[in-house]
Amino acid sequence: MSGEKTSAAVRWRSVKVLYLLTLFFMALTGFGQMPIYNRYYMSDIPGLGWLADFYITRNIHYIGAVILLGLVFYVAFDFILSKRRQAQLSASGWVRAALLTAVIFSGALIVVKNLPYVHFSDGFVIALDLFHLAGVMAFLAANCVCLIAQKKWTAAA
Amino acid sequence: MNPLISRRMFLKSGIAAAAGAAATAVPGTQALAANDDRGYLATLIDIRKCIGCEACVEACREANAPKFPAPVKPFPKMYPSRVKVSDWSEKRDVSNRLTPYNWLFIQHATVKVNGEDTEITLPRRCMHCVNPPCVKLCPWGSAMQMENGLSRIDPDICLGGSKCKNVCPWDIPQRQTGVGLYLKLLPALAGNGVMYKCDRCYDRIARGERPACIDACPEDVQTIGPRQDIIARAHAVAKEIGGYVYGEIENGGTNTIYVSPVPFEDLNRAIAKGDGFPHLNPVQDAMADANNFAAAMVMAPVAGIAAAAVRFLKTRSKAEPPGSRREG
Ligand code: HEM
Ligand code: SF4
Ligand code: SF4
Ligand code: SF4
Repeated sequence: MSGEKTSAAVRWRSVKVLYLLTLFFMALTGFGQMPIYNRYYMSDIPGLGWLADFYITRNIHYIGAVILLGLVFYVAFDFILSKRRQAQLSASGWVRAALLTAVIFSGALIVVKNLPYVHFSDGFVIALDLFHLAGVMAFLAANCVCLIAQKKWTAAA
Repeated sequence: MNPLISRRMFLKSGIAAAAGAAATAVPGTQALAANDDRGYLATLIDIRKCIGCEACVEACREANAPKFPAPVKPFPKMYPSRVKVSDWSEKRDVSNRLTPYNWLFIQHATVKVNGEDTEITLPRRCMHCVNPPCVKLCPWGSAMQMENGLSRIDPDICLGGSKCKNVCPWDIPQRQTGVGLYLKLLPALAGNGVMYKCDRCYDRIARGERPACIDACPEDVQTIGPRQDIIARAHAVAKEIGGYVYGEIENGGTNTIYVSPVPFEDLNRAIAKGDGFPHLNPVQDAMADANNFAAAMVMAPVAGIAAAAVRFLKTRSKAEPPGSRREG
């Protein structure tokens, strides 16, 4: 049994590492959608020049979204199918899940907006961009709080 | 002759032209070509007819003067020091390039036609891309595309970050410091004015009038109409004169279709280039990657759910004892 336990632990660790890496690059490239890295010399740092290329950061943000969507659906369905009886979402887990859902949902709508021949009303596009940005900031802040207070996503059932 | 053009000249109907574009363009633009019948408005610019009189330039400046920036001076100091003021308010008369006060200018090219040096003139402004990166990538939604496919920048919302110019394949939008919303936010730290470009005279079109530059032209250089018709016409003219087309597939398709008696490569070599002087290079679809990744985004959840289901079925068949894993 212990062999299976370690393989599950390894799988879970890799999911976590991939999740954190994806979040890091999405946040980095997401903020790069605003013209700030060039203004504030970030892209002058050797090796970080790509941060000022809107097409590179957009592509990384999009690839991150593909990975994140795969991960989130994997973890969510794995939880529902296999782990529901052993653990449930903690209060902070619910908050983070709700914020992440808001970020993903608004991000997905922005992706749809960017397809050819898609027209959303001007006000809706502005609201969407601001909502995505606010959602991201709230989600990152919630994660910081949880990290400091050592809150976990799940609690024993 | 350019093989692309000569092949296209046989394509008469819009649908055939669209299929041709799909076959020759990068992936992602197929979707564009397939959907090419949404009633977007486009213009044909028949370069042969242009005499370089600049009546269109004058008409644009006159018709759009009320929209031009009225900056407040002195400009608020901006940090850090690399952020440069872009001030055209003392140079409003400049009409030989794009500026916040000049959205259309005449480009001059001296090229050989039948072995003879010939001066060719052509009006240049925003191409009004079918899927405009300036609009789609604006982080605030200040740039917008209207239902008729034409794009403009809302001067009340634009912060002047110049991203639209950066992502535009032709670097079209032009910045004026000292106007707009950024003055009311954090002028020292964010924003730098408002970006200006041809708005296709959206207000005139809404009133049922034609854009000022089209009306003013004594030679009827420009024709405006549904994109399909304009493309069909462009190909008809190109076929008739053994000419060339620019703007149909550039950046995945634009709503500005130039027809020229000489190859655009030759014109491109002969025109002045640089800030405010758009080129005539071939341009790949800047939004193609985004379209392709969007397709991958639809598949990602399916893959995630499948992986979870496979794992569930595997562990269930092994009848894992309860409580063997506790992860948080
Ligand atoms: C599946 C999830 C996501 C998708 C599909 C997505 C998509 C997008 C898109 C398309 C934009 C560009 C906005 C535009 O130029 O029109 C954007 C902007 C941005 N994204 Fe995401 N995003 C996702 C998740 C995230 C995450 C997880 C973060 C950070 C942790 C993030 C941070 C940002 C930021 C800061 C911006 C710029 C602000 C804004 O324009 O609202 N995004 N996102
Ligand atoms: S030419 Fe440039 S400014 Fe005009 S619609 Fe295309 S991307 Fe936007
Ligand atoms: S359409 Fe209107 S704004 Fe655009 S170049 Fe012509 S006159 Fe100027
Ligand atoms: S008004 Fe017509 S002929 Fe005169 S410069 Fe403009 S496009 Fe050319």
